Amino acid sequence: MSAGEHASRAGHVHDVVVIGGGVVGVTLARALSRYHLDVVLLERDEEVGFGVSKANSGIIHSGIHADPNTVKGALEWPGNVAWMTLRDELGFGLAQVGELLVALSEDELVSIERLHAQGQAKGVPGLERWDQQRVRRHQPNLSREVIAALWAPTAAVINPYEAVMLIAESAAHNGVEVATAEPVVAIDPPDPDGPIVLHTPARTLAAHYVVNAAGLYADEVAGMAGVGTFSITGRKGEEYLLDKRLAGLVTSIIFPCPTATSKGTLVTPTFDGTIMVGPTAEATDDKRDTATTPEGAKEVFAAARRLVPGIDERDVIAEFAGVRAVADTDDFVLGPTARRGFINAAGIQSPGLTAAPAIADHLVEVLREEGLQLTERDEFEPRVEYPVRFAVLPMEEQAALAERDPRFARLACRCELVTEAELVDAVDRGARTLDGIKFRTRAGMGRCQGAFCTWRCITLLADRRGVPIPRITKRGGDSWIVCDRDDADAAPPRPPVPATSPPAPAAVEVAGSPGAGS
Amino acid sequence: MPITPDRRHLQSRYDVVIVGAGPAGMAAALGARERGAEHVLLVDRETDPGGILLQCIHSGFGLHAFGEEVTGPEYAGRFLEQVLEQDVDVLTDAYVMDVTADRRVKLMSPRVGVHTVDAATVVLAMGARERTREAIRIPGDRPSGVMTAGFAQQLVNLEGYLPGRRAVILGSGDIGLIMARRLALEGVEVVGVFELLPQPSGLTRNVVQCLDDLDIPLHLSTTVIRIHGRDRVERVTVAPVDDDRRPIPEKAWDVDCDTLLLSIGLIPDAELARSLGAQLDPLTGGPVVSGTMETTLPGVFAAGNVVHVNDLADWVSREAQVAGEAAGALATGARRPDQDIRLIPGENVAYVVPHTIASDGTHTLSFRVRRPIHGPTVLRLGEIHRRKVRAVVPAEMVTMKVSPRILEGFRGDVLRVDAIAAEEVAR
Repeated sequence: MSAGEHASRAGHVHDVVVIGGGVVGVTLARALSRYHLDVVLLERDEEVGFGVSKANSGIIHSGIHADPNTVKGALEWPGNVAWMTLRDELGFGLAQVGELLVALSEDELVSIERLHAQGQAKGVPGLERWDQQRVRRHQPNLSREVIAALWAPTAAVINPYEAVMLIAESAAHNGVEVATAEPVVAIDPPDPDGPIVLHTPARTLAAHYVVNAAGLYADEVAGMAGVGTFSITGRKGEEYLLDKRLAGLVTSIIFPCPTATSKGTLVTPTFDGTIMVGPTAEATDDKRDTATTPEGAKEVFAAARRLVPGIDERDVIAEFAGVRAVADTDDFVLGPTARRGFINAAGIQSPGLTAAPAIADHLVEVLREEGLQLTERDEFEPRVEYPVRFAVLPMEEQAALAERDPRFARLACRCELVTEAELVDAVDRGARTLDGIKFRTRAGMGRCQGAFCTWRCITLLADRRGVPIPRITKRGGDSWIVCDRDDADAAPPRPPVPATSPPAPAAVEVAGSPGAGS
Repeated sequence: MPITPDRRHLQSRYDVVIVGAGPAGMAAALGARERGAEHVLLVDRETDPGGILLQCIHSGFGLHAFGEEVTGPEYAGRFLEQVLEQDVDVLTDAYVMDVTADRRVKLMSPRVGVHTVDAATVVLAMGARERTREAIRIPGDRPSGVMTAGFAQQLVNLEGYLPGRRAVILGSGDIGLIMARRLALEGVEVVGVFELLPQPSGLTRNVVQCLDDLDIPLHLSTTVIRIHGRDRVERVTVAPVDDDRRPIPEKAWDVDCDTLLLSIGLIPDAELARSLGAQLDPLTGGPVVSGTMETTLPGVFAAGNVVHVNDLADWVSREAQVAGEAAGALATGARRPDQDIRLIPGENVAYVVPHTIASDGTHTLSFRVRRPIHGPTVLRLGEIHRRKVRAVVPAEMVTMKVSPRILEGFRGDVLRVDAIAAEEVAR
């Protein structure tokens, strides 16, 4: 639905406004769309899922990892179960490949035993303790140093961005207004008799209930509401994707035994068949710091090679970093606040992706307890039409599609074999940026990194959205891609070129470069 | 002009199907027709034939093919004219999805849908693609504004937009040098060209005409070690490198820019050859070919940048003419000449194409040196042939003609190709 249909009317009060279109916000919005409710989801970025949800390991954890006495631990296993239902309904990429937690020394056997017992207590099925021989049979490329492992078949890999986009689409189909590029900039002070009033650059909204699922910025949003009781810090994780040639190097997710701050560096067979290694876990003051660093790569590969010696940094084909939202409580901050109607869903660190659908179910119950009237809609439609993936279809189906719509026979992305029709569909489903198309269709993800398809995507976005070409961005904000010829002539004169000779070393800034500070 | 036939006009069986209608594909089509191939199909994924030539609006093409310098589009136009005169079927806006070992060609195009044709022979002429940021793994942020020089060339020359307002160019490959000049002429501030190696990667004439003449600084033995900018590129950190090409971060400095163009080399776009199962040469990244440019798969030929990266379109067309002639001849029943001599790169030679030759054939060997020799150099083919040249640099491909007269009397089956400083040979 377009924003126009939902334009907030003066005096109109929405039932629920969800702030944040990450995995928590969209799963909650969809869970609420089962009921007769007026729900608005506000996302500050140009697209849903462009924050923490886009850049992570893409793992639905087995359910064994988090302490059941914490909120995150209590929701980990129910979240795993709920993802399988979501997958069945929406069809996004998710494969239950299982995980293997490996011990490299006698000392680490304690960890295995502890997690085995914890998993069993949480009701996670299928856990098995494997000896060295069994591990080698199952994963012949693991280090010879592995002496035993815990096998947890319930772990899965997922395409997280695809899942978030389809869940948001499903919510929208069921009547939720999904508004992107609309950050909440202010929340009015409490009025004992009135609803909560929020402001975005575009409008003012009133709602009986507001759920704060603003990810890295949830502390700021809680502050706007006058209930800033926690703070969020960023914990950066760098991830490295390896060449497709290495597909099959491992067929399950390989975990080392955990440390105090993290689950360690994993070796993951992604849903798309490539091997991914990472993440790092580095505290960062800058919530938007998604830079990869030589130090991060070094750390990841040293750790990954302890698990799988055949892994080599020279096989990297892509890299990225994401920032996890960690609350100072070191747990999810979930539930009502001192302000009536304002509910937090914050501090969703690992296993947040796993727990997300259970968080959503939990929040629905919180809202019910807080007085929200929940009446189920008979017309709730759990399914959305899954986008066509031309590349993987048998030839007869490809031919039939091309017969019906010639745009299915026009190449758009050569590396991933994406057709023009798929780009059109992605834009019609809400892609507003180049990355929005890329994460929906895979156009631009291949080895040429968009050299072939970028111009096609730009012109298609411009055409279908009626936006001038220089206004098309990579992912919103100031991420413009091309500028008009006239602009260069109009550009103000620049100072003389500073690069002809290096300035004195004192003025040099080399943050994060190899050997910096040495 | 029947450039894009619909399905009714396509044959179900072709003597030669050529994948890619750039300088290689068009020359191969002409070669095939010259050798009597009746039905030749030339397929290209773009709307207009010509490949990358269409965005190369600068001069410098055709000196060898036509005896005069023309622009890229003119070069393409002259070939296309002949192709159309020769009744070659040209299917544009079409993509070859797959070729099977028995040479069934699966293609897609809005005009013909998803469709297969049978081919007696196939010529792979897909060209090369540019190496990307991922290939050299520049750390840092991942903003917009990092792009290959070729994409920037497409933006400026074909689409009429600019890639940015203040550009840094990493790599001194020919496309990067040409784009430095092009952008400067368009009013974009080109802050400098940075090259990892101690010598330029592009042709000397391009360094002179594109940088020196416009006072654009070239920093040798220097590279970009970090990209900064959350949304759009804001600056890059550059650093000189030591003798082992490792950056020296203590000597790094920052350069403000909104655009980083990469001209860091081309790779043969040989995915189709790989998926077909043709043997690839790790030294070139392209398929292993015989003296007639046939791959290790019978009936499948390859020519031009898909085999090895050439520095002149003229060389590409010449090589593809050979491939087209051989494909046409084979399709019309000619015998395949024995390729009985294997060529291997020796002293200071990075690769040699073709990989095998016939002792009774005439061949042009193409190769590149690993290190520059700034003085008289001896090119040596085993012990049977020597040629002296003035100098050699990695940026400029070296060629050597081999005739049956030279090979006469040679009884071995392997020949080494060397490029050695003349003074060392003398010693």
